[in-house]
Amino acid sequence: MRIFRKVHVAAVAIAFGAAAAGSGCAGIEPWVAPYEREALADPLMALSRDPLSDRHRQHVQDVREGARGGGRSVGGGCGCN
Amino acid sequence: MRDFLRSIAPQKTRLCAAAVACFACFALAPHAAAAELPEERSDVMYHVYDGGGQTVQGPALLLRRNFAETVSLSASYYVDEISGASIDVITNASPYTERRTEGSVGTDYLHRDTLMGVTYTRSSENDYDANTWDFAIAQDLFGGLTTLNAGFNYGRDTVGRVDTDFEDDVRRFGYRVGLTQVLTPRLIATLDYEAVADEGYLQNPYRSARVLGAAVPEAYPRTRTSNAVAVSALRYFEGGWSGRLEYRYFTDTWGITAHTFGVGWSRYVRENWILDARYRYYTQGAADFYADDFERPLRYMARDKELSRFDSHSLGVRLSMQLFEGREAFLRRGALSVSYEHILFDYRNFTDIRTGDSYGFGADVMQVYFTAWY
Repeated sequence: MRIFRKVHVAAVAIAFGAAAAGSGCAGIEPWVAPYEREALADPLMALSRDPLSDRHRQHVQDVREGARGGGRSVGGGCGCN
Repeated sequence: MRDFLRSIAPQKTRLCAAAVACFACFALAPHAAAAELPEERSDVMYHVYDGGGQTVQGPALLLRRNFAETVSLSASYYVDEISGASIDVITNASPYTERRTEGSVGTDYLHRDTLMGVTYTRSSENDYDANTWDFAIAQDLFGGLTTLNAGFNYGRDTVGRVDTDFEDDVRRFGYRVGLTQVLTPRLIATLDYEAVADEGYLQNPYRSARVLGAAVPEAYPRTRTSNAVAVSALRYFEGGWSGRLEYRYFTDTWGITAHTFGVGWSRYVRENWILDARYRYYTQGAADFYADDFERPLRYMARDKELSRFDSHSLGVRLSMQLFEGREAFLRRGALSVSYEHILFDYRNFTDIRTGDSYGFGADVMQVYFTAWY
């Protein structure tokens, strides 16, 4: 159970750290103007352009590797014997 | 059967409340630009994995519809038809066929610069059921140049063994926080952290370990906690192409440490046709209780190749071809995509007991999918 307590403490610390950082920076002006965002709006700059395709690739990796997490997918099950 | 099921931690409710409170605080700050609902689109796909003596294939569907610019509903259906047998099955049991189906429904709600979502996912096999609830929140800051996100998921799984009365369960808890940052007009960076805690039956009821060459039942700890940190950068370059770099560090209480490196390249090959190429390298160390062949019986023993020391390299390409735009009354745009990836697995301490050599194999992963925007 000590492990779970550590996870809990770490996660809460990160959440509050992020909150503090966000609150302290509320007065900062945007450093990229709207007219400068053409490249950012291009499909080539999408973090995940095809969600279903990425989800399948993520599943293929998750069931064959010891590591997990760090992405944004959820769900259980396997299909991997 | 999945060997690495996610899960658990008793204090999750308080953490979730803390995360929600912190993002509620962000929502009160003034912002210039609005966040957006996920893209309104549907995808239908056929996928194939072929490698290690095993073929996994099936259809998948993802539907999304937005309402009143504040609510988005999504549903997905996914099938894995599994045939053949991996080396674990070849050396422990008979080849078989199996089917896994997964369905999910979700909703997202947009309030000013805050996007909140709930998704329920259910996965069913003849010997494994998994139910997962996921809660997510994302907050745009600084005119949309910074996005903070957090998520929590809870899973409850039931593990069985075909043709027996065996049944056990797994509880899974996952916590994640992330930051997406626009650094310049052509550069985006992300930082994500995720902790996952599991409790319950975390092993595979079919697999065996070896003690001095003799097969014995595996025995895993009933808890596991992992931490993963991932960073990535995505940059747009002159001439209509983009490049990305990714890295993830992973560690867990079973003694596994892993590193993942990824590099990708995307460009237009003709108007509205996009070609992607990517390379990924993955390496991990073995779990503390893994051995190819134990010298004596221990409390915990595993001989799962996914817990051994191994490396993998994967190289993939994808071509997305826009078929039409604005010509159909119902569909605004349609695209066909094909993807192929080859993965090489090289196990450093897992013997193929049929040959006595170290085990390794290559796998092909293919996808064909049609996307409609409306």
